[in-house]
Amino acid sequence: MNPTNILLIPLLPLLSFVLLGLFGKSFFKTKAGLVGCSLMLVSFIIAVVTASSYFFSTGLQNGQYQQLKPFIMPWLKFANGLVIEMGLLIDPLSMIMIFVVTFISLMVHIFSLSYMKGEERFHVYYAFLGLFTFSMLGLVLSSNIFQIYIFWELVGVSSFLLIGFFYQKSSALAAAKKAFIVTRFADLGFLIGILLLSAQAGTLDFLELISKLSTPGDTLTSALATTFMGFSALSWGLALVFMGAAGKSAMFPLHIWLPDAMEGPTPVSALIHAATMVVAGVFLVARLYPVYAFSGAGFVHFIDDIGAFTALFAAIIACTQTDIKRVLAYSTISQIGFMMFALGQVPPETNGAANLGYTASIFHLFTHAIFKALLFLGAGAVIHYVHSNEMKDMGGLRKKMPVTHAMFLLACLAIAGIPPFAGFFSKEEILLAAWENNPTIFWMALVTSGLTAFYMFRLYFSIFWNKEPEGHHHHEKEGDIFLLAPLVILGIGTVVAGFVPFSQLVSADRKPFETELHLQFSIAPVVVGLTGILLASWMYRKHSAVPENLARNMGGFYKAAKNKFYIDELWLGFTKGVLFNLIAKPAAWFDRNIVDGMVKATGSGMEWISYRIRGVQSGKVQQYGLFFLFGIIIIVSVYLFKNVPWR
Amino acid sequence: MMEPGLYHLLVIGALLFFTGIYGFFTRRNMISMLMSIELMLNSVNINFIAFNKYLWPDTLGGTFFTVFVIAIAAAEAAVALAIIINLYRSHQSINVEVAEEMKY
Repeated sequence: MNPTNILLIPLLPLLSFVLLGLFGKSFFKTKAGLVGCSLMLVSFIIAVVTASSYFFSTGLQNGQYQQLKPFIMPWLKFANGLVIEMGLLIDPLSMIMIFVVTFISLMVHIFSLSYMKGEERFHVYYAFLGLFTFSMLGLVLSSNIFQIYIFWELVGVSSFLLIGFFYQKSSALAAAKKAFIVTRFADLGFLIGILLLSAQAGTLDFLELISKLSTPGDTLTSALATTFMGFSALSWGLALVFMGAAGKSAMFPLHIWLPDAMEGPTPVSALIHAATMVVAGVFLVARLYPVYAFSGAGFVHFIDDIGAFTALFAAIIACTQTDIKRVLAYSTISQIGFMMFALGQVPPETNGAANLGYTASIFHLFTHAIFKALLFLGAGAVIHYVHSNEMKDMGGLRKKMPVTHAMFLLACLAIAGIPPFAGFFSKEEILLAAWENNPTIFWMALVTSGLTAFYMFRLYFSIFWNKEPEGHHHHEKEGDIFLLAPLVILGIGTVVAGFVPFSQLVSADRKPFETELHLQFSIAPVVVGLTGILLASWMYRKHSAVPENLARNMGGFYKAAKNKFYIDELWLGFTKGVLFNLIAKPAAWFDRNIVDGMVKATGSGMEWISYRIRGVQSGKVQQYGLFFLFGIIIIVSVYLFKNVPWR
Repeated sequence: MMEPGLYHLLVIGALLFFTGIYGFFTRRNMISMLMSIELMLNSVNINFIAFNKYLWPDTLGGTFFTVFVIAIAAAEAAVALAIIINLYRSHQSINVEVAEEMKY
């Protein structure tokens, strides 16, 4: 474990950002992609070496994975005992994450070589990709809760830059702003949560904070005893931190930024959705998992409910969208919901010891990153080919784009949970964990799985089967090697990722454990998934009137789902009606009339007085002399008579 | 004949001083005003000399101070005359009432 090597993993993408950002225009105009890709490749190789040496040789000691801090540096020293550090934290979670992030980022870098070729701001794009990757790597390697906040905001900024990359489009600008403001709003909660938790624990360091707040002791007792509005300080802290996590991970009702984030270039969507931004929230909850599991027992059920509801809710919306990237966006929200509620599956008696939910959640994060990146890059290839995002402009593409078609199918099977693809294994574990803890959640998740299979295959059949749109004749080639190679690599990943013995690597107490596949249990989810696929095939494989009739029969429900259940409008109404009218306007009134009014009153009062006494300044020298004389007389008389008895 | 004492000198000083004040406030001619100021300064000089001679005859403080005042009065007269000449050039008059532009 050489700390400089690990430091290189995030620093190389940063170097790519600095190089391309400063010199991109003058030196690397067309070579920017190669610079970005090669630095990313080195970073990826180091990450793989580091992670494998951790998992297979140095990490495991006495049957438990170690938590190491190979590098620590005081950064801001306020006072003795109040030092903000920068450091690296090495444990199974961060090792898995650096692998996922560097891998997906490398694929996106390579894919963009072809996808973004000829863009005016090609080098800027690669610079931003580097910054994004750096921020996310810094986030997952953070050793203290303040450092994670810094990188958390950096992720927000770089996603803002990338979503708004096509800044000439007003919709892209609006989407970038929306993403930034919504996540920033959630981060407000996160920051307060950090302050609360660290004030209770008396430290910012993750390991210390977790051990203090998740083992019985004075700190925990006082954190539970301090209450505000009926909840303990600890609950407030955890809830506020979760608010930040929900914002980044697009949990209901803070999910509204994510579908709009589709305005960015498609490879960026792949990066945001698969590996970086949206999993940051899941990562954060997983990072503080012992605290949530041990002390936030009541709160964990809330995470459960939010996660499961979001999963179902987003899946319903996904069924009605016609923009292929939006379908994928809602499917991401839905899958992140799976990860969230899996984290919430804490058996009451284990007190955060080895449990299936945690492993399943991180496993799903891992597999989802691979097949979701594949789906987005595949969608990118399709969009690159037909120059449109709308399903109606596609159809019958399976013969024209054979490689993309095959890879997309693999990814769809994976997300639908069909064995032996990656999604099957992770979803299986999540469902099992839910079944053992909370059957209600299990049934919701099962329905969601069916819906997932349905809308993914609706997407698949609409793009690659169905009938060809009239008037469109594409004779171009499918794409060059840079476009197809990442798809094939991710496709292979989709097939093999499920066989990774994940419970041997990541578990809540860092002790490897065995999981077995329960074949009888798997029957239900697979059957549900297959049903969804068959239904989609019946409705969308050939052009038919069935979907339209169905939509008409569903009436209001279909319309509501198509309009995303009017959540955006609700938020808009909330901001306009409550924030602007009830808070911002009175505040502005107070500022304009009371605060400014005091200043203005001082000025106009002085003006009023001086207008009345300006006659003193007559310009007559002798008058001034008289004033002076009488002044002297008064002062002298005061001095002369100050000791007289009648005074 | 009565020997003049401190009392007489102080009376003369006071008379001179108030003559100066009266002149300063009633004359409009700047030369006259300057002369009134000189009267006031000289009344102060008489006071210094008188106190020095009658109360502290062994010291020279009052005398020195008088010399200072005379020197400063000379310098002041030079500055004042320069101002008066400039005023005459710009306003064709040395009446203070014509120079009252510097007001509100």
